[in-house]
Amino acid sequence: MNILVCISSVPDTTAKITFKDDNTTFNKDGVTHIIGPYDDYALARAIELKEELGGTVTVLNVGTAETEPQIRKALAIGADEAIRVDAEPTDSFFVAEQIAAVAKENSYDLIMMGRETTDYNSGVVHGIVGQLLGMPSLSPVMELNIDGNTAKISREIEGGKEKLEATLPLILGCQEPIAEWKIASMRGIMTARKKPLNVRPAVGEGLTSVSSYSLPPEKGDCKMIPAEEAEKLIDLLQNEAKVL
Amino acid sequence: MSVLIFAELEEGKIKKTSLEAIYYGSKVAEMTGGETVVLAIGEADSAELETAGAYGAVKVMHAGGQELKEANIVAYADTLTSAATQIGAKVIVTAKSSLADAVTARTAGALKAGVAGNVTELPDLSNGFEVIRSVFTGKAFAKTSINSEVKVLAIKKNAITPEISGNKAAVEDFMAPVSEEAGKAKVIKTLKETGTVSLPEADLVVSGGRGMKGPEHWQPLLDLAEALGATTACSKPVSDMDWRPHHEHVGQTGVKIAPNLYIACGISGAIQHLAGVNSSKVIVVINTDPEAPFFKAADYGIVGDAFEVLPKLTAAVKALK
Ligand SMILES: Cc1cc2nc3c(=O)[nH]c(=O)nc-3n(C[C@H](O)[C@H](O)[C@H](O)COP(=O)(O)OP(=O)(O)OC[C@H]3O[C@@H](n4cnc5c(N)ncnc54)[C@H](O)[C@@H]3O)c2cc1C
Repeated sequence: MNILVCISSVPDTTAKITFKDDNTTFNKDGVTHIIGPYDDYALARAIELKEELGGTVTVLNVGTAETEPQIRKALAIGADEAIRVDAEPTDSFFVAEQIAAVAKENSYDLIMMGRETTDYNSGVVHGIVGQLLGMPSLSPVMELNIDGNTAKISREIEGGKEKLEATLPLILGCQEPIAEWKIASMRGIMTARKKPLNVRPAVGEGLTSVSSYSLPPEKGDCKMIPAEEAEKLIDLLQNEAKVL
Repeated sequence: MSVLIFAELEEGKIKKTSLEAIYYGSKVAEMTGGETVVLAIGEADSAELETAGAYGAVKVMHAGGQELKEANIVAYADTLTSAATQIGAKVIVTAKSSLADAVTARTAGALKAGVAGNVTELPDLSNGFEVIRSVFTGKAFAKTSINSEVKVLAIKKNAITPEISGNKAAVEDFMAPVSEEAGKAKVIKTLKETGTVSLPEADLVVSGGRGMKGPEHWQPLLDLAEALGATTACSKPVSDMDWRPHHEHVGQTGVKIAPNLYIACGISGAIQHLAGVNSSKVIVVINTDPEAPFFKAADYGIVGDAFEVLPKLTAAVKALK
């Protein structure tokens, strides 16, 4: 079982989002970056599958040298080798093209990633990769087991889930509870330093670009209603907020 | 420039968020001078599909073939790609959803289309094709220009308020060849709640956190939701502990919602939780702790025990009706 896990490097979920250079650039000052939380689930399940079935886990990141701490962390958690495509991941199609280019040179049984990144939230990279490679793509996947050449999957749908069986190779966009996030052990961190990380140039170019950013308006004050008079809330929701 | 809208069907009806997408698409078609065409995949009556006309569609292409009965991502995408190619669509619009993401992504791959997700406003055509989209899980907006010939837009709920006309759309049957890959992933079983509005579609949501103390204590929350006709949601620890099903989990790593009203009971308001609910129009927080961070993001707050407050609210809602 050879698995390619695609990881994004995103601001920590508690990071304050601000912009600089006249609101044209995300302000990275003081912001910690992490492996995309959904990608982290995909990575955790990939490592479990490797432990169960053998094979290798390769992590792939499209990013600048700044993302290497997240790549090393993925290696420390248990991935065997890493590839970094040296480019800013600014566009979904562009990122998908890089993944497809790497995948075409190797043969992976599974290509796993998060259902979406938590910075741009588009949730389309897995599908574009599937189309470019002529392989089925499924998302959001919340359970994954492998039986020979068949993947047994459950996919979240609105209000429930769907059970599927699919033939490998496959592209999957993953989410919880596919696995629990893994923490690197001390030994993992030590060995990660020696694992191969290959850097390669990007192909093609993006189809979209961001010209400026803005922040949502500040929330007004919260109107407090005493618990003894809780029923008044319903009146306010109906006549003041007009949402009932 | 024709605009094609990928509309999702739910129990034979066009989903409410898809109707918003149709209306949005018709406005784009007005701006660019083209036809508004809808693709609806799955089972539905012509009489139902005609209603797309009230939202600005002139034509509905209905793909209701047997192999499209289950939501097969590859087959849906192949059908969408063929429909777009046939009518020469330059803009493909959909309501943002996990199915639409998976489907339109493949179409974007096939047509080399730039994608903008979570679009919140009509495009600005004064300088190419620019849209505003919500990014960083609701914490910011990005003005994005799409430079490819074909463009895919996934619209965020409540991005536009449709004005409804008395028009009807022409409905045509549509069938397109489906690639071999479609047969490689088969749906075995679908487990789905019926009779409730799903979370991404819901206008009213009542949600519970760890402060609800256990699955056996959910009844007062369910009662309020029922009285309001609201959909229920929960925080991540609640679904992690299996107190509630996973599809109810909202937040940064769960479903992102944009209802008119979000009532949070016994939820502290962690930043990751807020990320999934910050697009709600009105937020109500019920929490015993006056220092709970959620109050800072709320419009209305009650400091109190959810088990005492909820029955009062339910009684007040019932008294309205
Ligand atoms: C990468 C990452 C992603 C995450 N993604 C998500 C996500 O998508 N969604 C999410 O929800 N969380 C997410 N979390 C977890 C998040 O950080 C919080 O831990 C979680 O939201 C807390 O859930 P809670 O508010 O239900 O529980 P708690 O934080 O334990 O809060 C319980 C609240 O209930 C109140 N309370 C207690 N008793 C009562 C009572 N009788 N009546 C009224 N109030 C009462 C308490 O005062 C307290 O404020 C994520 C965390 C990380 C690190």
